Parts: sequence; C-alpha cells; structure tokens
Amino acid sequence: MDTGDTAWVLASAALVLLMTPGLAFFYGGMVRTKSVLNMMMMSFSSLAIITVLWVLYGYSEAFGDDVGGGLVGDPSQFFGLKDIIGIGRGDDNLGVATHLVFTIPALAFVAFQLVFAIITVALISGAIADRAKFSTWCVFTVIWATLVYFPVAHWVFAFDGATAGEDSLGGWIANRLKAIDFAGGTAVHINAGAAGLALALIIGKRIGFNKEPMRPHNLTLVMLGAGLLWFGWFGFNAGSALGANGIAAVAWVNTVTATAAASLGWLATEKLRDGHPTSLGAASGVVAGLVAITPACSSVTPVGAIILGFLAGIICALAVGLKYTFGYDDSLDVVGVHLVGGLFGTIAIGFLASADAPAGVDGLFFGGGVDQLWRQCVGAFAVLAYSFIVTYIIGFALHKTIGFRISEEDEIEGIDYAEHAESAYDLIGGSGSGTFRPTTSVKTDAEVPA
Amino acid sequence: MKLITAVIKPHKLDEVKAALEAFGVQGMTVSEASGYGRQRGHTEVYRGAEYTVDLVPKVRLEVLVDDPDVADVVDVIVKSSQTGRIGDGKVWTTPVEDVIRVRTGEHGADAL
Repeated sequence: MDTGDTAWVLASAALVLLMTPGLAFFYGGMVRTKSVLNMMMMSFSSLAIITVLWVLYGYSEAFGDDVGGGLVGDPSQFFGLKDIIGIGRGDDNLGVATHLVFTIPALAFVAFQLVFAIITVALISGAIADRAKFSTWCVFTVIWATLVYFPVAHWVFAFDGATAGEDSLGGWIANRLKAIDFAGGTAVHINAGAAGLALALIIGKRIGFNKEPMRPHNLTLVMLGAGLLWFGWFGFNAGSALGANGIAAVAWVNTVTATAAASLGWLATEKLRDGHPTSLGAASGVVAGLVAITPACSSVTPVGAIILGFLAGIICALAVGLKYTFGYDDSLDVVGVHLVGGLFGTIAIGFLASADAPAGVDGLFFGGGVDQLWRQCVGAFAVLAYSFIVTYIIGFALHKTIGFRISEEDEIEGIDYAEHAESAYDLIGGSGSGTFRPTTSVKTDAEVPA
Repeated sequence: MKLITAVIKPHKLDEVKAALEAFGVQGMTVSEASGYGRQRGHTEVYRGAEYTVDLVPKVRLEVLVDDPDVADVVDVIVKSSQTGRIGDGKVWTTPVEDVIRVRTGEHGADAL
C-alpha cells in the first residue's frame, strides 16, 4: 500500500463528489425560476440513491469477477463491501489495508468509483428539466444504475486482475478491445448523453418549447457551477491515474489546457455566428472541454490537448443547435455537450494520441495507423447503442406505468411547488401574509434542563 | 390636482428625482415596471438560440401635483429623463378628484 497514492485518490474522490453539487448549480441556473429546486434535487437525489446502491451491490456489479464475456461483474462477490474492509492490526502493519487495488486500499477505489457513478446519473437530468415526476426519476435512477451504469463501468474501468483477485477478469472494452478511455468519456459522458437523448424523446418537449423564451434564470449560478465542475474535474481526470505520480500530473495539465482551449473555441464560434461572446458560452465551453479531454488526458500531449479542446468547443457550440433542427427537447444540452463532446474526445484519441504521452500509443496523425482509431470507434458506439436502447426501454416502461411526466397544469405553475412544495426565491420579499402552522406541536412550557 | 405618471428608463431615475427635488416636489412613488413601446424589445442569444425579449425593464414614477405646477413638473421630468434615443418612455397626466393625508385627514392641496 502506498500512502501517497492513497492520499491522492481519497482527495480526488472528495473533489469528484463536489462536482455533483456543482452540476446542480450549473443546471439549476439554466432553468427558469419556477423549476430550479427540482433541477438541483435531481442531482442531490442521485447522491443519496446511488451511494446506497453502490455500497450494497453496485461496486460488486462493476468490479466483481466477470460473470462472462466481460459484460458484468458478480454482484454478490463484494455485497455490502464487508469482505474488503480489513486492515492490519499488528505492530508493523497497523492500519494497512489487507485488500488493495494496485497500490491503494480497495475502499479508496470504492470511494473514487462511487462518485463517478453519482455524477453520471445526475448528468442525465439536464435533458428532462422542468417536467419529470420526481418519484419516477428516483425509480429510474435505481433501475438505470443497475442495468446501464454498473455494467458499462465494468466494461470500461474493470481491469483484469485488478479488483477481484489476481486471476479475475474485467470488462471487454478495457481488456479485450483495448480502447483508451482514461477517465470515462464512454462510461460517463457518452453513456449519460445517450440516456438523456432517450429520455428526452420519451418524455417529450416542455410546454412552449421553441415558442416561448426559456431563458436561463441565473447565469451567475451557471458560472459558479462551471467553476466547481472544473475544480472537481482534476480529481476526475488526474485522480484516474490512481496514484500520485507523473501520469496524474500529465492528466492534470492536459485537463486544464483542453478546457481553456474549448472555452475559447466556443466563444469564437459565438462571436463569429451571433456577434457576442456570452457568459453561458464560456461556461458551456469549459464543460465541453472537460468532457472531451476526459478519455484523452493520458494519451495526448499538451499541444494535442489544445487542438482537441479548441475543436471540442467549436463542435459542441454547433451541436447544441441540433435539438431545434430535429425537434427534440434536450433542455440543457446533455446531448450537445456530453454525448457529442464524449464521442469527439473518445474518437479523437484515434487521431491525436501520441506515444510521448503516458498511454504510449500513436494515433493516425502520429503514424500509428487506424489500429487505435477503430478500437475507439467500437468502444464509443457500443456504449452509445447500449445506453440508448436500454434507457429507452426503461423510460418507456416507466412512462407507460407510473408516468414520467407531471401534469400540464403543474408544469405551467412550476415543478418546484408541484413536486417539492417549495419555491427557490422569495422575490416579492416578506411574503408573510399567510398563516403559520407548525407540523409538530410546539411545547410552550417545556422544562429547561438544569 | 393632477397625477403625473412617467414611465422612464431605469438609469434616469436618480436624475429625475434630483431635478424634481430641486423644483420643490415633496414626494413621489416609484415602482419597477416592464413594457414596450414603439422600440419593441430586444433580442438575447443563449447557446445560439435567439430570444426576443418584448418587455424591457422600466421605472414608473408617480407624482401628485397642484394644478398650477403641472406643466412645469411635466417639463422637469421630460427634460431630466430625455436621452434622445428610442425607448425614453412616456409621461401623462390624469385628473385627481381629491387627496387625503392619512395621518391628519387633511384634504386637497393641503394634503400634498
């Protein structure tokens, strides 16, 4: 066990956890005043629900010994995690974990991978803003994590012999196909983006989509959220080195570089096309760059990261307009930013990878031929197809049974009040002309303890 | 007595207020308003999608004035709120039958 590696991975896990509240701000600022709380609650419910699933069977389903074909881990192997929490109790090994993943305690790896699962689920919610029944969303997240995220995490993140014993087998994308996805361009971003598209198609457009203005209600929240996402993303990408080492440092520098370039790319596109560089464009460019560099941060050089980021900013800035062309209401552009950005970043590795970078692979532009390119394409489109199809089935079943959409009246009135009996802002101030009714009896003559 | 109502650009409020105080107007009521006139609204662009914002922010200022002062006060408001550009707003007057000061019960011009 390496204490430096362990410290870095535990710190990275905390950084990645912060991304989900950051995403809540990012998304929350983009919706209208009447639905900001529901938007943020879809992220916070993911924090609550996925954590419990992960401890019970999620980790095991993703990182247990392969049950066949590299498709899914054994959900019972690490059920409840109790078999991997052991530590040394002697004088010379006190506190040293008895179960390791590479050089870190298995539980540090459990923590790090948990926060990936949480944010992937939360990302989907941007596609169905303002109109999804909260109870159905909660049920959906349980089913989706179980049938889509945990298996796909196994495909991409479970390496042979790493988590479930020396002879164990991991997922097919990581070990058989050998596509490069350093931190989750496929498992996180393509996965969430494809799921968002499927749900947006099933649930349908917001009332007034493409007719009424649906302006972001608070762009300062969006900027704050983008900042928190960027900060947390260093845990996401550099933490994926699973060690405090040179790979982590390269991933860190590539992450900041691509993100900066993507923000420039998005702003340049807006300036040329619309005449004004916008704050929403700067924040969106940041996220597009982070998404695109996620799979590639160990396999490109810093100059490669500039090229990859700048192109990602331009491509995503153009892709967010697709929903108007095709007429689906992906409200906060999960498709335009995460699906398109994830696809671009994952496939771009096939062109821009350089053997000088830690992954040690040359892409097409560096004389490596198409060998890595086809692996990247197969991995990306396999996750895209699996996620879209299974999500569509889950969403369709829920929509036809318990219903996925709130009533028209509630949607117009505002989902915050309809689903949560709250409102985000007291805009008029001193709205104190109602009556107060405590829900528990208030003792007026309670005894004061001595 | 007349009620003078002015709908003006928000950033002109302080100037108008100062000019009215200098003229000797004792009080006024100000509220935030939104609306449009011949300039219509403006367009904003979010992630490439253009929104026409019809209702632009305005300030609505109301002053009660005794009849001999009406023309002068209107003049003060118009002069101090004018930028000469589209969207400067409107000023209008309406007759008022009576005004009562709540604290004392005084009526008419005494209540101003």
